[in-house]
Amino acid sequence: MAGIASRRLQKELKEIHTQGCPVGIQLLNADNFEEWHLSLEVMGESQYQGEVFALKFRFEPQYPISAPAVQFIINEKYKAPVHPHVYSNGHICASILGNEWSPVLSVIGVCVTLQSMLASCKKKERPPDNDRYVMHAPDNPKKTRFHYHDDTV
Amino acid sequence: MSDDYSDDEYYYDEDEDMMDADDGDSAPSDEEMDMEVFDNDFKLPGKARKKSYEVDSEPLSQAQVERLMQTDIEHISGIFGVDENVASLLLRHMSWNKERLIEKYMDHATAVSVEAGITPKEEKPAKAAASSRAGSSSTGPQRSTRSSKSSNKLKSPSPAPKEDEPYTCPICFDDTQTRTMALACGHAFCSSCWNAYVTGKIREEGEHWIRCMAEGCGLVCPDPFVREALGEDKATWNRFRELLVRHFVGCNKNLKFCPYPNCTYTVACPAAASKSALLSIVPTVTCGASPDHKFCFGCSIETDHRPVICAIAAMWLQKCHDDSETANWIKSNTKECTKCQSTIEKNGGCNHMTCKKCKHEFCWVCMGPWSEHGTAWYSCNRYDEKASQEARDAQSKSRASLERYLHYYNRWANHEQSAKLSMDLYKKTEQKMEEMQISSDLTWIEVQFMKKAVDEVFKCRMTLKWTYAMAYYLDRGNPKELFEDNQRDLEKAVEDLSELLEQPIEPEVVPSLRQKVTDKTVYVQKRNEIMLEDTANGFLEGRWQWNTSVPGLE
Ligand SMILES: [Zn+2]
Ligand SMILES: [Zn+2]
Ligand SMILES: [Zn+2]
Ligand SMILES: [Zn+2]
Ligand SMILES: [Zn+2]
Ligand SMILES: [Zn+2]
Repeated sequence: MAGIASRRLQKELKEIHTQGCPVGIQLLNADNFEEWHLSLEVMGESQYQGEVFALKFRFEPQYPISAPAVQFIINEKYKAPVHPHVYSNGHICASILGNEWSPVLSVIGVCVTLQSMLASCKKKERPPDNDRYVMHAPDNPKKTRFHYHDDTV
Repeated sequence: MSDDYSDDEYYYDEDEDMMDADDGDSAPSDEEMDMEVFDNDFKLPGKARKKSYEVDSEPLSQAQVERLMQTDIEHISGIFGVDENVASLLLRHMSWNKERLIEKYMDHATAVSVEAGITPKEEKPAKAAASSRAGSSSTGPQRSTRSSKSSNKLKSPSPAPKEDEPYTCPICFDDTQTRTMALACGHAFCSSCWNAYVTGKIREEGEHWIRCMAEGCGLVCPDPFVREALGEDKATWNRFRELLVRHFVGCNKNLKFCPYPNCTYTVACPAAASKSALLSIVPTVTCGASPDHKFCFGCSIETDHRPVICAIAAMWLQKCHDDSETANWIKSNTKECTKCQSTIEKNGGCNHMTCKKCKHEFCWVCMGPWSEHGTAWYSCNRYDEKASQEARDAQSKSRASLERYLHYYNRWANHEQSAKLSMDLYKKTEQKMEEMQISSDLTWIEVQFMKKAVDEVFKCRMTLKWTYAMAYYLDRGNPKELFEDNQRDLEKAVEDLSELLEQPIEPEVVPSLRQKVTDKTVYVQKRNEIMLEDTANGFLEGRWQWNTSVPGLE
């Protein structure tokens, strides 16, 4: 099978164009089937009121069989949210991006999940192992085998 | 300080080499199950008692381990009255602990079946996605215009294809796919997606516990489903079977998988299964695939760290690791001639150094003149505790303890380095053996004594290396002195033989050289035997006293 990613992403793109993105999520750029950028905003009352974040999705040819590599973009315009599951380099410790990934999940599905992850945050802080992780982290977060932090945190 | 992340919360997935369990043996299921050989307690057939530094062990092929698994599966299948594939999932879920499985299953059969990925949960589970909390929507905003129904997935549900309607797989959206597959949960996807998914799990992630592709579904693919999903891909199927075997072996203290790449053998060594056993034996074992596949059943420090037990070998390596900065200079392969200060590179395994420039002969280890080693071998192996006592008075304590450590480290590292150089010696020796055949009337078989000698030197250097780690931790006293006597005798014998092997070969001396080398090899072998045997006995008798606390002892 020569990579099912393009057909699948085409389908996702079409759905986004016909139905629009959920509130607070916007497609910034989806020029190819290797990397997409989306912006993310937590609506309503939350710790992140007024903050806009951006997500980078990287797809392998086997997407969605294999999970996309997802991280927060850090540049002049965007910062990574301060959150117990988000490292200061933008890497995210979330089980759905790792061993809980399901091929029926989509780009928008991931965004919505991350949006609600931020929405439910009570206290803005970095993961306890942030410094150590960031110092040794690989470029691609998929290379990291996270031990998922306690989901109730 | 720590570049070592292995114990941390995460580690990186370097491209693990995927070992292809290439075809090889056929399915074991039909073969006879001769289980008497290998009952539940892994008792081994009574073999003649070996030397005290050897341990009884039994190599098992993958097919043999699969037979052990099959016995457990049939046992459980019989007791519970369930399908063998179900029994297999139950056992894997409970880490092959039959007793616990039986106990739990008797009380909570349904709950266990759900946990083991056999039956779907009753209610549709509200999936707590990612790291977010389960009821996140209570604090969250109204968040999406379309995923109101708890689901983050794309819009297509996954019903089994109806006869008349064209089927579109909700993962690949390829409407030319006609075959679908689903587990008991009914989550149907096209077989091509299943194939890619199952293959990826096995090949990329080395996973045998493969869940349904639907989001939040906990069902696990039983073996026949995996096989069907893989279709004709026999290599991946074999890899899957190997993963199952590895999991089984990993759950059983009596078993260890051979660590050599591409090897699928297992070793059973019940004698070394407990932590306490490892305090008195060094379980060096060999797998059934090759006599070269030697490894320690108790640790992964080194393939053969006899005569020291795992705990001390580990302590020593940790110390070397911690002190490596200070000790680094010693490791260097060059030293200066003590007489003329020109740089000398060590390029053979022998410690007898001759300066190319001034012809000064000295010992690489202690840098003392070689003349003092020749006939009256002075205690080059023994750290002079008395001198150290004096040093303690003269210098600070830490300085003295560093020197003490360096004494042992120096010798430890030297044997390691010499052993590595033995590989070059092998090559040189082969050349010499060829020359000998030409220059003398010896046959190829008759010149094998040279190779045998190199083998022996290598083996003994490994023993010697670890004896220095041991001596470092041995408390002063009679046993230690006797230990060091044995060590010195072995060391001298090895150096003598080693030097003999590096001599240039003149045709006229070949017969006498052969005699000498053969005699020395036999002698070295004997000394090594004594060293290993006596140290092993000391462990069994509890004779050794340590100058520090050894984890697990006392
Ligand atoms: Zn499909
Ligand atoms: Zn399912
Ligand atoms: Zn092996
Ligand atoms: Zn060991
Ligand atoms: Zn010199
Ligand atoms: Zn010396």
